[in-house]
Amino acid sequence: MTAPLPRWADLVLIPALNLLLAFLVAGLVVVFIGEDPVEAVRLLLVGSLGSSYGIGFTLYYATTFVFTGLSVAIAYHAGLFNIGSEGQAALGGIGVTLVCLAVPWPYWWLALPFAILGAGAFGAAWAFLPGYLQAKRGSHVVITTIMFNFIASALVVYLLVNVLKAPGMAPETRNFPEGTFLPFMHEILAVFGIRMSRTPMNFTALLALAAAFLTWVLIWRTRLGYEMRAFGHSEPAAVYAGIDPVRITIVAMLISGAMAGMMALNVVMGFQHRLVLDYVGGAGFVGIAVSLMGRSHPFGVVLAAILFGILYQGGAELAFDMPSISRDMIVVIQALVILFTGALENLVRAPVERAFLRRRRKAA
Amino acid sequence: MDFATVLQLAGSSLRLATPLLLACLAGLYSERAGIFDIGLEGKMLAAAFAAAAFAAITGSVWIGLLAGIAASSALSLIHGVASITLKGNQLISGVAINFLAAGLTALVGQNWFGLGGQTPQLGPGQRFLAIEWPLADALLPVPVIGPIYRHLISGHNILVYLALLAVPATWWILYRTRFGLRLRAVGENPAAVDTAGISVVRLRYAAVMIAGLLCGIAGAYLSTGMAAGFVREMTAGKGFIALAALIFAKWRPWPALGACLLFGALEAIGIRYQAITIPGLGVVPVQFMQALPYILTVVILAGFVGKAVPPRAGGRPYVKER
Repeated sequence: MTAPLPRWADLVLIPALNLLLAFLVAGLVVVFIGEDPVEAVRLLLVGSLGSSYGIGFTLYYATTFVFTGLSVAIAYHAGLFNIGSEGQAALGGIGVTLVCLAVPWPYWWLALPFAILGAGAFGAAWAFLPGYLQAKRGSHVVITTIMFNFIASALVVYLLVNVLKAPGMAPETRNFPEGTFLPFMHEILAVFGIRMSRTPMNFTALLALAAAFLTWVLIWRTRLGYEMRAFGHSEPAAVYAGIDPVRITIVAMLISGAMAGMMALNVVMGFQHRLVLDYVGGAGFVGIAVSLMGRSHPFGVVLAAILFGILYQGGAELAFDMPSISRDMIVVIQALVILFTGALENLVRAPVERAFLRRRRKAA
Repeated sequence: MDFATVLQLAGSSLRLATPLLLACLAGLYSERAGIFDIGLEGKMLAAAFAAAAFAAITGSVWIGLLAGIAASSALSLIHGVASITLKGNQLISGVAINFLAAGLTALVGQNWFGLGGQTPQLGPGQRFLAIEWPLADALLPVPVIGPIYRHLISGHNILVYLALLAVPATWWILYRTRFGLRLRAVGENPAAVDTAGISVVRLRYAAVMIAGLLCGIAGAYLSTGMAAGFVREMTAGKGFIALAALIFAKWRPWPALGACLLFGALEAIGIRYQAITIPGLGVVPVQFMQALPYILTVVILAGFVGKAVPPRAGGRPYVKER
């Protein structure tokens, strides 16, 4: 007997309780370290949302996590757990770099469509083989994407050290031409007379919102999205309905990989203006937590990405004020969020379902 | 390449293969019982930290080893509760465990020792030291056998031999005991095991906890055997290479030994030679050597060279019929 919960309980109550548990345990970790969790939260919020400087950084991080979160979410709808966003994003960085360095671009708006194509194509290409092998040969996509993350990291190191390296010591490319620099948010807002501190937040933030909206359209308003969801829900039923499992698996992985690659627009093209070693820095893995927390819904992904943006920016400020809480605390929180909203979901769901069932029986 | 170099490489391969082998066997127990475990990396990392930290604090390498096993087992217990009792997603649980270990070891390490996440350097009494076998130096002049005995068979620490012994032990447990038969059955067809009146839950917990024990030893080996202390992220993907070896070995103990030795040898060659020149092909970059275990695993997974079929019930929680 399954007890279908009311929609609000499924969409709001359970995720909220899971999140509460995750942060409760995180609070206990802070207590264990010997710091005051309430003060820590205060510092975290002030550091991330207390100034336009903090907000800019928070939203800059959030922009990255929207892309990686959508990447994981899209594959999840098709029943695929893509933990290869990290590697796909790394390859997306190569794509953006090649586009930006190939031509002396005169205007950023001219370079941007090609950079989007480059990021998307390289990210998608890196997701193609895991998708193909899952669809055609039955190789589990989780294992192949893990392997591809390591292969990607070796490949990018090789390219940066041997092929794309600029003269000098550090393994990084030369600077992009200025014509490729995306406008920063403080520059955009200045046009409208709004003052904002200089932060890395850039035009890509708007692209991230567009990507979230397009993902929503794709998943819930197109035939392809319907097929993906049907396939993710029940493979035999989808096949019986005439949906081609090979095509859906590969296409879902391609879109997922392309989305992961797009994060390069924000970091590489929008801020660093060159490709440095390990520019992804775990953002692909944050996407797993973001997608789980956002229940694979684009709106939820955006909210979860902002929350993780707050954690990243606030965590950096917190580590500055409370040196005993280093930035590793973010990884702990990320792990707890994945654990409680993903793996331990039934810890909350089962009692809540029982409570609702009891209430309904009483009413009847 | 002369004989001495080959022996040195072989010895170093064996030492590098040891943590892979222990973690690989850990995964073997768990996955043969139907519980996927991509958290090997995290468990090893947690164990490496706990072992080095407690060895440094208490001065005893054995207390360190126990602490390592305890840390790894605690994470195994989380994995068990999530994937057996609460019937959650085993892959997500594994991912969470990896991050939990990465974050907590660095955070607590900095908090306890203030060395940027490292533990203090361990002295001789706080480490597993190499054991010289009897007559190793006396037999050295004997051609071929002498150097092999001295450099390859003798001169490793006790955990290396323990890992090697774990292979026949695992084979025996898996294929010659009732527990092993049931363990394999619960990974293929848990409903049948349940029908026979044997507890699926208990068997799977047993498998997951054995995995915790072995990952604990693997982690302790890293920080108190191979190195003299813990550094951040010191597992550096070894848990995933172990996972790759497990797939490579198609979830069987003896091939697991072969796969781990192969991957250990690749690492040893990669460490010794930064770039290898193959006549007619040019230079093989070191990054290719590092990626090779993963590439080989994908090839094996793709089924072009023999098909790797995981245990049939792997990854799915068992729900009793009502």
